[in-house]
Amino acid sequence: MAELLRTHPLEGWTTRFERLPDTVRITVEPYVAMVDVRLAPVGAEASAALGVDLPTTPGTWVPAGAGRAVWLGPDEWLLTSTTEAPEELEARVRAAVAGLGGSATDVSAQRIGLRLTGARVRDVLVKGCSIDLHPRVFGRGSSAQTLLGQAGVVLLALSDAGDDVLVLVRSSFAGYLADWLLDAALEFTPTPDR
Amino acid sequence: MSPPFRTASGGRIDRATAVEFIFDGQTLTGHPGDTLASALLAHGRHQVATSITLGRSRGIAAAWAEDPGGLVQVEEPFPEPMLLATTVELFDGLVAHGLPGQGRLADVPDSARYDAVHHHVDVLVVGAGPAGLAAALTAARAGARVALVDEQSEAGGSLLSGTERLDDAPALEWVAAAVAELAGSPEVLHLQRTTAFGSYDDGFVLALERRTDHLGAAAPRHVSRQRVWRIRARSVVVATGAHERPVVFADNDRPGTMLAGAARTFLHRYGVLPGRAAVVFTTNDSAYDTALDLSRAGVHVQAVVDARPEGSPRRREECEAAGIRLLPGAVVTGTQGVERVTHALVAPFADGAVGAGSAIACDLLLVSGGWNPAVHLYSQARGRLRYDEVLGAFLPGERLDGLTVAGSAAGVLDLAGCLADGRRGARAALTALGITPAADDRLPAAPESAVPTAPLVLWRVPDTSGADGSTSFVDLQRDATVADIARAIGAGLRSIEHVKRYTTIGTAHDQGKTSGVLTSGITAELLGIPVQDTGTTTFRPPYTPVAFAALAGRDRGRLFDPERVTALHEWHVAAGAVFEDVGQWKRPRYYPRPGEDMAAAVLRECAAARTGVGILDGSTLGKIDVQGPDAAVLLDRLYTNMMSSLKVGSVRYGVMCGVDGMVIDDGTVLRLAEDRFLVLTTTGGAAKVLDWMEEWVQTEWPDLRVHCTSVTEQWVTLPVVGPRSRDVVGAVFPGVDVSAEAFPFMTWRDTSLEGVPVRLARISFSGELAYEVYVNPWYAVAVWQRLLEAGRPHGITPYGTETMHVLRAEKGYPIIGQDTDGTVTPHDLGMAWAVSKKKPDFIGKRSFARPANADPLRKQLVGLLPVDRETVLPEGSQVVEFLADGELPPPPVPMLGHVTSSYRSAELARPFALALVRGGRERIGETVHVPVDGTLVPAEVTGSVLVDPEGARRDG
Amino acid sequence: MQLIACPWCGPREEVEFHYGGQAHVPYPDSPAELSDEEWALYVFFRDNTKGRFAERWNHTTGCRRWFNAIRDTTTYRFESVYRLDDPKPPVTELARSRRSTAP
Ligand SMILES: [Zn+2]
Repeated sequence: MAELLRTHPLEGWTTRFERLPDTVRITVEPYVAMVDVRLAPVGAEASAALGVDLPTTPGTWVPAGAGRAVWLGPDEWLLTSTTEAPEELEARVRAAVAGLGGSATDVSAQRIGLRLTGARVRDVLVKGCSIDLHPRVFGRGSSAQTLLGQAGVVLLALSDAGDDVLVLVRSSFAGYLADWLLDAALEFTPTPDR
Repeated sequence: MSPPFRTASGGRIDRATAVEFIFDGQTLTGHPGDTLASALLAHGRHQVATSITLGRSRGIAAAWAEDPGGLVQVEEPFPEPMLLATTVELFDGLVAHGLPGQGRLADVPDSARYDAVHHHVDVLVVGAGPAGLAAALTAARAGARVALVDEQSEAGGSLLSGTERLDDAPALEWVAAAVAELAGSPEVLHLQRTTAFGSYDDGFVLALERRTDHLGAAAPRHVSRQRVWRIRARSVVVATGAHERPVVFADNDRPGTMLAGAARTFLHRYGVLPGRAAVVFTTNDSAYDTALDLSRAGVHVQAVVDARPEGSPRRREECEAAGIRLLPGAVVTGTQGVERVTHALVAPFADGAVGAGSAIACDLLLVSGGWNPAVHLYSQARGRLRYDEVLGAFLPGERLDGLTVAGSAAGVLDLAGCLADGRRGARAALTALGITPAADDRLPAAPESAVPTAPLVLWRVPDTSGADGSTSFVDLQRDATVADIARAIGAGLRSIEHVKRYTTIGTAHDQGKTSGVLTSGITAELLGIPVQDTGTTTFRPPYTPVAFAALAGRDRGRLFDPERVTALHEWHVAAGAVFEDVGQWKRPRYYPRPGEDMAAAVLRECAAARTGVGILDGSTLGKIDVQGPDAAVLLDRLYTNMMSSLKVGSVRYGVMCGVDGMVIDDGTVLRLAEDRFLVLTTTGGAAKVLDWMEEWVQTEWPDLRVHCTSVTEQWVTLPVVGPRSRDVVGAVFPGVDVSAEAFPFMTWRDTSLEGVPVRLARISFSGELAYEVYVNPWYAVAVWQRLLEAGRPHGITPYGTETMHVLRAEKGYPIIGQDTDGTVTPHDLGMAWAVSKKKPDFIGKRSFARPANADPLRKQLVGLLPVDRETVLPEGSQVVEFLADGELPPPPVPMLGHVTSSYRSAELARPFALALVRGGRERIGETVHVPVDGTLVPAEVTGSVLVDPEGARRDG
Repeated sequence: MQLIACPWCGPREEVEFHYGGQAHVPYPDSPAELSDEEWALYVFFRDNTKGRFAERWNHTTGCRRWFNAIRDTTTYRFESVYRLDDPKPPVTELARSRRSTAP
């Protein structure tokens, strides 16, 4: 890994996130390698080369090694990895799909992840998300590209109880969304700082 | 001491707790559970307001949102205008006063919180009266996801206003049990104090929950005061009940005049006697309940005046037993009194004719003209209404998919019927959704009710006062009368929509809840046509007023519009940058030093970039990764120039046009590999260009093997600009030979910094020697710092968008969307060189051959140099020319075009501008004029490139 | 707030979509061979249908896919959505009304 100093868009929010109650925990998940994969049609050959069956059901994600494969479109996925450097992941995936007519683009810094955990997570998200987040509808393995507040996001349900959700947001909108989430969580915060 | 009109016991108020409030400067007391109206009535106060145009006294005329009379202004805890005394729940510390028709908005920001919540259900039930509770129970027992919303402070609806019994017990015991059952159902959301105010497409219903209004100053600050529920229901059951309808007669607006059902509500729900001596005027049986209940509570009921020839034979015995005089075949023709009714004028009434009358003393005149089902939500969902001759009311006239009306809202007016109809509505909804109703969905037994005597439909009592209907109020809030409707019809209006607009009836705060159907009836009567043919005016949301603050919700202040920032934002803030909004982006506009204004800072920043070295955060530039074997084919089709001939390692400027041949974006393209390009777009064009590419790839050329992916935020872009830029970049990235020979203009090279991949590109948007540094934003701060450190010996100067604009404008580089407006071709910009003549086709090419595009008088981009070397021409200024005689042409003066960009130039030591000017290139060397603040400023037309036209610096 | 059914993502609120105008207006094979009038018809002229209309939509905040829809321009109701590689459905049968039979 590089020696250079790294920063992420939500450095300035850490203390405010730490003051949140257990019912709405927000953890920033920065520096995750992500690659946008385009491939059609997806078949056994691709699965073998990539080491994961890319999900073909809209609105789903599957575990993929030390990361995830998220459906983004009928020929588009987001592959994440917590163990590879962005350029390594991109190179590996391109090598796997290029011969199949696919493409791979490093988008590691395009988005940043905010992991929301706790019993009130759904109560926070429904303040700005118009899709149905009922655990029966949006259980573990579900994903959605939609709007949260006024920011485009990718939501990943990490549990069946609706209490563990990963929100991927465009890096330039991260500050807005962080403010939005803190404001939405205010009513669940025992000692509101206002 | 209890207020004089408070009953000794009963009601839904907390008598053990007293709350103090101030109305019209007077300190009064009430109880939790009171509304402001019931507390005022307990003190004997009816009159609360004066009317908007006539200044007549107005009082509390109903018990809830249909009240057209009791408008108040709340002052404490926070100023809020135009509220109804009947819907303001009482709390300690409330300060309010009556309104002369209009209120006053707060002059300080509202610090309360408002929010919105999305909620999805199988069945939404609106209204928690008998029908609504029955519907909600039925749906909940079937296991459906249910929401039950009701506008009152507690469930029960009409049952709160009476003494009805269910299963041989007080009906409110069943209500409590139903509420408890719903609370125990995990899939049920039950909200009181929540008004469903709008019903829209696809089962979308908006409801306003008043969460803390009733707590006054004790409301917790971190909880939203009001919440908009955005409910998406697969099926909606509308059980919103019915509004009582008055009968119009002369001076029917005098305080003390009230709907009969409202008096019953004040008695039973709030423990208030609305008067001592009452006259009850009715056309139907329901008002008899009020008369009898008031009599039992000690009110002297002077008479029941029943417009029906026989009155109600069924209720006669009860009245006689209670000692109430029954006057069948009679009407109230008017009232007497000053600020409160003292007498009702009563006269015999037969076959529409009014006989000689007499006055009956009273301090309370109760009126019932029948019941109007509250069909608002049904009608908003575009359901058609039908007029019911018997009820004299409009009822749902058809079944809608996904929306059922039940109970009184559907014209069912008895308790047993409402319970059964609520269950029917829910079962129908469940069945349509494929949900099986529970086997056991028992409802309580209501006592058998006798068939009532048919009501008489009576809209108005003929005016015998001599006022000719001018004091017979139809819409009290608008001071609109029967005479006004007659005047509208006399003016030739026939449509009820036109009558509404002419008279303004139904346009006030209450949106005609009591006046709407009356207007239809009276209009039909005056026109001599059936009421069905008149119809109603259109029901539109909101059902009751909703504060803008509630609609805005949390989208205020910082959350009003997202601010997009780059990875270097914190550095810019710390450096004291003044920011500029570019779309949603916050970009540093300039970095003032102490004492500098913008002009001074920009002159300094420009000079640094032209003579030393400057550095810009250009990260907002749009970036698109175009990948695949056919990537070059796609770009050849979308750009006016050739991209397939670009060599790997090189960069090319390109222009993109619409099919109409007009420029939509420009930028540079880096060829990363045979099958991969990095396309740079303008900051504002990033999303648009990606969408444009996707549109063509997906809809027209799906056979192309190419994929486009946004990488705007994957790379920061840091242009290092100026004659010393080579030294700086070379020092930070020693792995790259930055010499002109090894790294020429319009090429790029990959390198790394401590293992982090970095891309350098010799692209110049300033006309100077420049290197753009691309790196993953994770390392943006580190790389920026390295560049600043390396640049310090050269006086490296961070510059903002203003300097960027000056530098590019001096070079004649247009900004798409500023120097163009959707009617400008590449040729108009002097960029014929960027339009390929070799390619057989590209988007826009065919349009260039249209005759209009060959017109020599098209507007073309040129430079303007104000002759006085002083004036900065305002952007947007018009350009005009003098006639041969040196005079302006006579008005209208022909406009040649307009100034698109204008700055003060350090390099030129004078202001300059870019402008779109008709036949501009032919005019180079001529003088045109630009009106500035009333004087005509002469300006010389020049070519658009004012600095280094040969490009020697850039290429160096 | 209408729902629009993305053929991939399912029903979403209308704000997630962008309108793309009339569907089935292909880019001409050889623009250079068209007369000015024929070219202008392609560039500037579209049907202004009252009733069922085939049009293009893009699920911009979702899967970014373009798709086609048959929508009734008098009621705004979407009669059907279909993918770009699906054939255009017949636009002949009567619009399905929200209203069913009167009670
Ligand atoms: Zn979609």
